[in-house]
Parts: sequence; structure tokens; C-alpha cells
Amino acid sequence: MTLRGVSAIWQREMLTFSREKPRIVSAVINPIFWLLTFGAGLGSTVSIEGINYQQFIFAGIIVQTILFSSIFYGAYLVWDRRIDLLKAILVTPLSRFSIFFGKVLSGVTIALIQSVILLFFGLFININYTLISLILVVLIIVVTAAGLTALGLTIGSFMTSPEGFQLITTFVIFPLFFLSGALFPLANLPVYLGTLTSINPVTYIVDMLRGLLIGLQYYGTIENLLVMIGFVLVAMFIGTKAFERMRS
Amino acid sequence: MAIVQAINLTKKYGKLTAVETLNVEIDEGEVFGLLGPNGAGKTTIIKMFATLLEPTSGTAKINGFDVIKQPAKVRESIGIVFQEPSSDELLTGYENIKLYAMMYGIPKDEIKKGISEALELVELTNRKDDLVRTYSGGMRRRLEIARSLIHKPKVLFLDEPTLGLDPAGREKMWAYISQLVEELKMTVLLTTHYMEEADTLADRIGIIDQGKIVVVDTPKALKATLGGDLVTINASTIPISELEKLKYVKKIKQENHKVILTIENVSRNLQPLLKVFGKIDSVEVRNTTLNDVFLSFTGKRIQEEGKSTWFDKIIQESTSRA
Repeated sequence: MTLRGVSAIWQREMLTFSREKPRIVSAVINPIFWLLTFGAGLGSTVSIEGINYQQFIFAGIIVQTILFSSIFYGAYLVWDRRIDLLKAILVTPLSRFSIFFGKVLSGVTIALIQSVILLFFGLFININYTLISLILVVLIIVVTAAGLTALGLTIGSFMTSPEGFQLITTFVIFPLFFLSGALFPLANLPVYLGTLTSINPVTYIVDMLRGLLIGLQYYGTIENLLVMIGFVLVAMFIGTKAFERMRS
Repeated sequence: MAIVQAINLTKKYGKLTAVETLNVEIDEGEVFGLLGPNGAGKTTIIKMFATLLEPTSGTAKINGFDVIKQPAKVRESIGIVFQEPSSDELLTGYENIKLYAMMYGIPKDEIKKGISEALELVELTNRKDDLVRTYSGGMRRRLEIARSLIHKPKVLFLDEPTLGLDPAGREKMWAYISQLVEELKMTVLLTTHYMEEADTLADRIGIIDQGKIVVVDTPKALKATLGGDLVTINASTIPISELEKLKYVKKIKQENHKVILTIENVSRNLQPLLKVFGKIDSVEVRNTTLNDVFLSFTGKRIQEEGKSTWFDKIIQESTSRA
């Protein structure tokens, strides 16, 4: 792995991102829209364990943002492959792992930019941050984004054309999001929903973030941490393998 | 010593053989043209040379390195311009090259000079800070040539370098490539289905058909295999028996009042030839082209001037499916 090669990949992605204005706008506006409409709308009548609903779903909306941003960013690889851009990178002496790592780093950066804007927005809905909680939240966001970008890259390496893009939302992002307890508390769920949420690694990430942001947590911290780290390691491992076997 | 060497190189996709036991050697400093119709296996060969595709059997050596065992070394030795544009539209020309220079590990202080030299060569200096999105097709191709040169490769692969360019752009591109070869003394392997392109640029041509190299030689020697140029004469009486006596007449083909002759060294022999005839209605002289060569070696015409469009492909596909 060469640092300058990784940096070249990262710079390329950042320059491209900064020049795609519609992508930035939608990336920032979407989550705030959710908070303002869904959160505030339901929040006017619903409160969970004495907590305002808008505050309750805040952790979930952060994770939702990372889910969309990172998975789509990763799966976008199929586009690079289609327009021969990736081929041109693959004929450089840069190792596949360097390319993969540069991509993951870029996915993390983009997710982080969006999350920071959301975290700032959190001030307006009375989220009380401490320095420690803020640092930990950012760390979790970085690790989660790395895992989800790796997942997206894996999907992108298997896809043959961009036509299947909508399916990613339906079969990957929505299940991970809606079955994560992002929008509802985990206690007292019907059995099927309880089972589904408990096997979804995203559930534990949302739970951990919620604990740090508003002090409401269902699982133990160690449990949450282990699931998150396990998920990211597995996703990175599979992603690396998928990247190595990928045909240009 | 050969700088590019294919040794029984073979690529199969299931039952279909895209490239069949290819053996070819390209010498250092040479411009080698792979000439063949679309689907002949040219791109597959280049992809295997460039380590993008693993051979089914056999191997190739580039700059002495084995494409299967030492892919990283091979990649350092080669530059490649793909058939399809592969620059980043949202980056400027300069940024595009700079990022590739970084991927090749070129030292920081050398990058700037290297890029300006490369851009100078393809005359893109004044557009270097514009987004590639605003470039024409020819400019993009030139930018990619500049990019492929940034690490000073030993061998440059050009896959259909003028595909999709208009005739003016094509000739301009030929001029750039010739200049490049002259200035950098680079070995170039180019694929093309344009006869004229291979004729203009290549020192040697390998004619490829259905995954096999049929013949390799200089354009001149290839044309000479046909024995000479074609002279078509219309006359009321054709003195066949006298024509047969002439040494420089290599082939005679008569159709009623017309005769098609293959004549060696036509510029010197045309006049004595015409004297054999009495009254002549018309004479037409046509110099042998690579097209004739291609026809004589493969028994078919190459599709010229990009006539095999996606439309033809669809027709071909639908008829083969039916």
C-alpha cells in the first residue's frame, strides 16, 4: 500500500464530490428534512420514555444519512467500471488494496461531512453534547461509514450495470434502516420484529449512538461495541476480497 | 531483443476462442499495428498484455516481465490509452494527469515538469485548467495520451486511438502519434480497423482475424505479396496471348471487353503495357491498398470507416439469435 496512491484516489473523489453540487445539496437537505417533518410531525404527539420524538430519532437519522451516503458511494463503483475509469486506475502499479482503501477513506470523509452538519443541527433540537460524547460519536460515525462503504463497494464490484441501483435502496438500505430501531424503541417489540432487529448490526450502532446523544440505550455498551467492530471487520474483509476478484 | 512477446497466448470464453495461441514479437522502438475487424480479438490481446485480463493459457512478456507472474512490474512498464474515454470529466486536464502521476509514485518535484511536458506535446497547455467535460473527443484522446506518458513507459498501447474521431481529428491524432514516436523513441502497439491508419503509422502490421494472426510484415512487403498494382483496361480486343508473354504482368483476369491486370512496378511498365493494345476505351490504375491485402489473406473485406456501428451489431446479434 502506498500512501501517495491512496491520497491520489482520495483527492480524486473529493474533487469530484465538491463539483457535484446536486449531490451535496441533497446529501445535506435530506436528513434535515426528515428531522423537521417526520421528527417534528410525529413528535408533536409522540414522546418515548419522556423524550421528545425528534430527539429520539436523531441517532437514527445520523445512521440513515451514513447508510445512504456510504452504500451509494461504494456502489457507485459500478459507474467507474462502466466508463472505463477504473480500468485506467487498475493498470497503474497501485495495488488493489490501496485503491480499495482510498475509496473507503473517501466514503468515510463524505459521510463525516454530512454527519457534522447534522450534529450541528442537533444543537437546535436541544441535544446536549459533551466533548467526550462528541468525540465518541464521531469515532462511531467513522467506523460505521468505513464498514458501510466497504459493503457498498462489494455490491458495486458485483453489479454489471447501474440499472440495479434502485434495488439497493429496496433490498439493502431500507431493511438495514427500518429494522434498526432508528424510528422506534427496541423494548416490547412483536417477536418477528424483535428477532429481525436483533440480527441487524445497524441496530447496535444506532443504540450506541442514542446512548451517547440522549442517554437512552437498550443493549449493553460492550455488546454494542463488539457487534459494531465485528460488522466493520467482516465488511472490510469481504470488500477487500470482492475488490481483488473483480473484473475490470 | 523483443520488448513485447506473446508466447502461445490464448483466451477462451467458454467455447468461444477470442485469441488463439498467439505468438508475436515486437521489437524495441517499433510501431506495431494490429489490424483486424471489430471482434477479431485485438482488445482482448491488449487487455492481456496490460494485465487486465488473465490468459486462459500461454503468457506474454512485456519489457522482460511476465504478465501473469509479475503484473506490478508490467504495469510500471506500460502506458495505455483505452478505446473508450477514461478521464474524469469533473476534473481538469491537469488534475487528471497529476492524480495518475501520484498513483505511479512519481516524486512530487518531478510531477509538475512532467505534466507540462506531456501537455505541451499534445498541445493542451492552454486548456489544462478546464474541466475535461468541456473537451472535444479528440482533446480527450490527446489528454489520455499525455496521461499514459507521464511515467515514461517503455511500451505504449493504443487501442483504436482514432475511433470516433472525424477525419480531420484522425489525421491530427496520427501526427501526434508520429511525433511522439520520433521524440520519445517509444515502442507502440496500436490496434485499429482503419487500413489507412495502420499504413500511415505502423512499421510492421499483424493482420488478425478471428483471434489468429494471419500474417506479420511491413506494410510495403504486405502490399508486395499481391505482386503489384491493379490496372483495369477496357478495349474492344484484348491481346491475351501477348499479355501472357510480358514478365511484369503477374495476373490476368478477363471479363468480356475488360481485363484486370496485376502489374509489377506500374509507374515504369504502364506505358509499354499500353502499347500492346490497339484501341483503348479506358484505363484505370489503382495502387494496391492494405484492403486488398486483407482481402487476399482473410478472404473478406474489413469493415471500413467505422461502418460497423452499434446498429450493425444489433442486426448481427438478432440474426444470429434467430
